[in-house]
Amino acid sequence: MSALVSRILRYSCVDGPGNRLVVFLQGCNFACPTCHNPHTRGVCNDCGDCIPACPRGALALVDGRIAFDASACDACDACLRACPISANPMVQRLEVAEIVAIARANLPFLSGITLSGGEALMQRKFVLALFAALAADPDLARLTRFIDTNGHLAAAGWRGLLEVTDGVMLDIKAFDPGLHRTLTGRDNRLSLRAGRLLAEAGKLFELRMLMIPGKTDTVGEIARLIAYVRGLGAETRVRLNAFQHHGVQGRAAGWEKMTRSRMEQVAATLRAAGLRQVVTPVVWL
Amino acid sequence: MSDQFAALRAITEDPTLSPAQKTRALALAAENLLPYPALDADTTAALAARVICDMFEGHAPTRPRYVLPDYQVVLSRGSDWLELPAPQTLDEALNTLMIAYHHVPSITGMPVYIGALDSLLKPFCDGVSDDDLYRKIKLFWRYIDRVLPDAFLHANIGPSDNRVARTILRVDAELKQIAPNLTLLYDPAVSTDALLAQAVGNILACCKPHIANHPLHRAAFDARGYAIVSCYNALPLAGGASTLTRINLREVALRSRDATHFLTEVLPHYAELAFRLMQARIDHLYERSGFFDSFLVAEGWIERDRFTAMYGIFAMAEAVNVLQDKAGLAGRYGADAQANALGVQISRALADLVAVRPLRHVWRGRAMLHAQAGLSTDTDLTPGVRIPYGQEPDPVAHVQALAPHHAFYPSGISDIVTLDETVTANPQALVDLCKGAFACGFREFTANVASRDLVRVTGYMIRLSDVARFEAGEGARTNTTGLGAEAARMTAILARAPRVLGQEFNVGPGQ
Repeated sequence: MSALVSRILRYSCVDGPGNRLVVFLQGCNFACPTCHNPHTRGVCNDCGDCIPACPRGALALVDGRIAFDASACDACDACLRACPISANPMVQRLEVAEIVAIARANLPFLSGITLSGGEALMQRKFVLALFAALAADPDLARLTRFIDTNGHLAAAGWRGLLEVTDGVMLDIKAFDPGLHRTLTGRDNRLSLRAGRLLAEAGKLFELRMLMIPGKTDTVGEIARLIAYVRGLGAETRVRLNAFQHHGVQGRAAGWEKMTRSRMEQVAATLRAAGLRQVVTPVVWL
Repeated sequence: MSDQFAALRAITEDPTLSPAQKTRALALAAENLLPYPALDADTTAALAARVICDMFEGHAPTRPRYVLPDYQVVLSRGSDWLELPAPQTLDEALNTLMIAYHHVPSITGMPVYIGALDSLLKPFCDGVSDDDLYRKIKLFWRYIDRVLPDAFLHANIGPSDNRVARTILRVDAELKQIAPNLTLLYDPAVSTDALLAQAVGNILACCKPHIANHPLHRAAFDARGYAIVSCYNALPLAGGASTLTRINLREVALRSRDATHFLTEVLPHYAELAFRLMQARIDHLYERSGFFDSFLVAEGWIERDRFTAMYGIFAMAEAVNVLQDKAGLAGRYGADAQANALGVQISRALADLVAVRPLRHVWRGRAMLHAQAGLSTDTDLTPGVRIPYGQEPDPVAHVQALAPHHAFYPSGISDIVTLDETVTANPQALVDLCKGAFACGFREFTANVASRDLVRVTGYMIRLSDVARFEAGEGARTNTTGLGAEAARMTAILARAPRVLGQEFNVGPGQ
């Protein structure tokens, strides 16, 4: 069993408790204009448009497939800008055993592992296989296993997965179905249902919401957010992320950025409504 | 003579120096009017070319560089010389220490070690309420920072979890002073997770304490023990270090044809010259200065034969990169496995050289290898074996790249892991990094969190606001701010994200 991996980090303090190994899986089922990692969305179709864009000759077509020479790459990311489908020719295909080996090599530094994306659950079978392998390993079983997801997965899909998962960070892009479709291209029913299912199973580590001025911070959206979290339990940890322009391409690059003062207003509203754990960003650029 | 007078006059008229700071700068300048201890021609030439360096300790050593008294002696017996009875209460113990500190010299003129304070004070704390203890420690801490304002001054706590250590951490995070610097000796078998968690909370608040891998350090010393002082130097307790001499590895590499020539001929040559320089300075201290006739020796605070010699090296990164260039290899130190392996090979060669070279008047007859943290004038040279500023990989890769060096540097090897502020929301990540570093063989773990006013320079602390004031010509209350300001100018380090810079002691009169 293998997966398309966009990137691996050995140090992350923002993807769950403690220091975590973070594996970003390639490919996403949402098309958010606000995405700050748009190159993780598509899956390469070997069109070759990126090859002339590479100043170092690190890309080629071999037997009709893109071949990437990491030793020639100087990480200028010109290929990402040339890609017509928001994919990434530098993606690696890694086996479960290879990621297990990376976890083992860094074990003393880690509290756990987090699978992110893209949308991690687009490669659900791999997630299941990796987590099962980690859980079965006597040295690695102590690592907590987390998923960062948009939750667009039917209830049947969560079955089996939850048994090997310790926590989920669930991104709800919007509560109003129309707004959600505008922001993601998809309906939000599965995501909202996933939140309830995860909360009931005690596996909802954190609910995440991107605050976009005039869109997700409106009176109506905040009211729906409060009602939803109350339904899950007032103790649910809610992380508010601030929409910024870093990495954003396309129409959302012209949208207003979230300000610190507005963020604090929203957080205060949530706390006043009885939400017990509201987290706001530590760093403002 | 007129040049020398001009230099002395410039000190007396420097508007940024206090009268006490001027007196000290004048004394140093006067000492350096004397001829240097006798050296052979090769050693003199290497010193003049700064391939080897005496840290500008002065021409006529009158006291060891670092003195680590066993304060237990004065606390349990009092002092005849100082006419002090043995203290009976916490107030008396603190008062005794405050007096004692004034009689402990070092290269900076202020003590670099003020004791393993929790073990020293615990016996006096029976019946003292938590609130009283907190208030007394707080006054003691304020006294140290205001009366002995030198960031090389270092206190130790741990490895046990105890009320005094906890109170010291609480006060230190609250006051955020540059002095004293603080090290927690951490032993996974003894220290609790709660104590480590509190220490990590302090790091997030003020970049202190530094955390030492106690089992590794303990094994490098004897039953009398050790302490961490100044810029994270591990030295024998009831002794210290007579001198610190260092080799600029980049200069050695520039004088070598290739890595083999470096390892087999050029490095051993300059290593021997550094030993000679070191021996000349130590001989002067032991045979001419009269230092060891002091009451500190007579009363057993220190022992004449417990002073080591610190054999420092720096600019490992530049040396490896120079040798890589000579071999036509592109891999850079810190990022490339083969370049990193060459660095470890150099560290091993240095350890071997130190192990076979006898020295007079030195603890155990051998020097102790030390990855030296730098001087404020080390422009474009990286401290010790560190990875150059701005080229550091992620913190885990950073630690893994440097860990193999740590076994070779028993008298200290510090690196500073700089983390962005997001870690404040997740202190466990910092605990994980620290434990991971120790599991990989790190002797000590030091972290800076970006955007803090109080930051670590090489091992000592400065307040960025003080540096800004100093640069605006307003002078500084603390001795080390001038060093930090000089380092900031000469090494351009505050301008970038990792707020670290390499220096330990100043060259000019600005100290």
